[in-house]
Amino acid sequence: MTFKRKLLSLAAALPAAALLTAAPADAHRRWLLPSATVLSGDSELVTVDAAASNGLFLFEHRPLGLDSLTIVGPDGQPVEPKVIGSGDYRSVFDLPLTQQGTYRIALANDGVMGFYMLNGERQRWRGSRAEIETAIPAEATEVRISENAGRTETFVTLGAPSDDALQPTQRGLEMIPVTHPNDLVTGEPAQMRFLHNGQPAANMEVEFVKGGTRYRDTPGVQTLTTDADGMVELLVEEPGYYYVEAGTQSDAADDPQIDSRRASYTAVLEFLPL
Amino acid sequence: MKASYFLAASGLVAAPSMAAGIDLSIEIPRLQVAEYHKPYVAVWIEDDGRKAVANLDVWYDTDMRGGEGEKWLSDMRLWWRRAGRSLDMPVDGVSGPTQGPGTHEVSYTEGRRPLGDLKPGKYTLVVEAAREVGGRETVSIPFQWPPQRAQTLSGEGDSELRAIKLTLKP
Repeated sequence: MTFKRKLLSLAAALPAAALLTAAPADAHRRWLLPSATVLSGDSELVTVDAAASNGLFLFEHRPLGLDSLTIVGPDGQPVEPKVIGSGDYRSVFDLPLTQQGTYRIALANDGVMGFYMLNGERQRWRGSRAEIETAIPAEATEVRISENAGRTETFVTLGAPSDDALQPTQRGLEMIPVTHPNDLVTGEPAQMRFLHNGQPAANMEVEFVKGGTRYRDTPGVQTLTTDADGMVELLVEEPGYYYVEAGTQSDAADDPQIDSRRASYTAVLEFLPL
Repeated sequence: MKASYFLAASGLVAAPSMAAGIDLSIEIPRLQVAEYHKPYVAVWIEDDGRKAVANLDVWYDTDMRGGEGEKWLSDMRLWWRRAGRSLDMPVDGVSGPTQGPGTHEVSYTEGRRPLGDLKPGKYTLVVEAAREVGGRETVSIPFQWPPQRAQTLSGEGDSELRAIKLTLKP
């Protein structure tokens, strides 16, 4: 049985960059909001909210699950959070900071999603790549399978910023900060580089939205496009927490098991005034 | 603390032993607020590339248990970014306890910590104050080193700091 029902492939002939098209906007923004990003002292603690919402940074829709929470400490090793729990609108965890340097806090999801028709009804399935063969009935038709890599993250630093936690995972879409993510200030351009499975995510739209949407009439979305090297440069005039979002979708001509690949990335960055 | 030595007999004001240096006076205002905490204050010198070349003073809650007072050092945002975050606190001869309202005088001698040796050039002295449940303010005074003659430069804050006077001694 083959699950591949591909639209035959003009696409395969096109260069990879041209295949990266913006993924359809997810209904809600996903974010991890830390209580502080720049901290001093021998040890400290940040508390982090995890939620999906439209307004930033408002608790109004649903909590984010913390099953895939991964925190990398300044030494590159995992750090255990203290999970407080989930309410109807947000999840909360505390993160003790005992080492000096930068922590990368991420919810990273990696899985596949299948859509198919069975007995005249539309079905949806979510799981892992290994389960594809067994999870989708043989008599299913119009099978479409996409691989989804999603990353939602933020960064905090105790003491001087460091880079060990910021190394690319090479999976999905990710931001590799050029300007350190905890050294962002108003009036100085912040440079960031986006990678898709470790390669520059060229010519991709990246959205930046300042928090506080409730208190303004405009959406305040600033869209930048990455260059050939996956770079964007953002100049912020107003301090605050900013939400970053990007997504790609591409055909998976090279992969017999899946039809398309999607990758999404969201982050919260704090810009401080000097 | 300012120490002035006069050689009364000879009438010489500047003895050869008086090295070049900087006198600084920092005025912390008395504020009518419901909850007052003495501000954290940092004093440093930047070169014309904004690089901190001398950390002169950091006044904070040095006597709190377990270094707890270091928690609010990053509220002095500019100092924290330019210098503080890469220092291992406390720093001998730089860290000191917080000071209350009034005018505080400090002196630094060339060739000695914490001022050390400044290469000839353009510099800026920066004083930054941040107060718990209060505000934050920085006052910057540009100067040229070494001074050709004794010279007093001044700056003025309007919220967390008042008169800042920088006296350069050749």
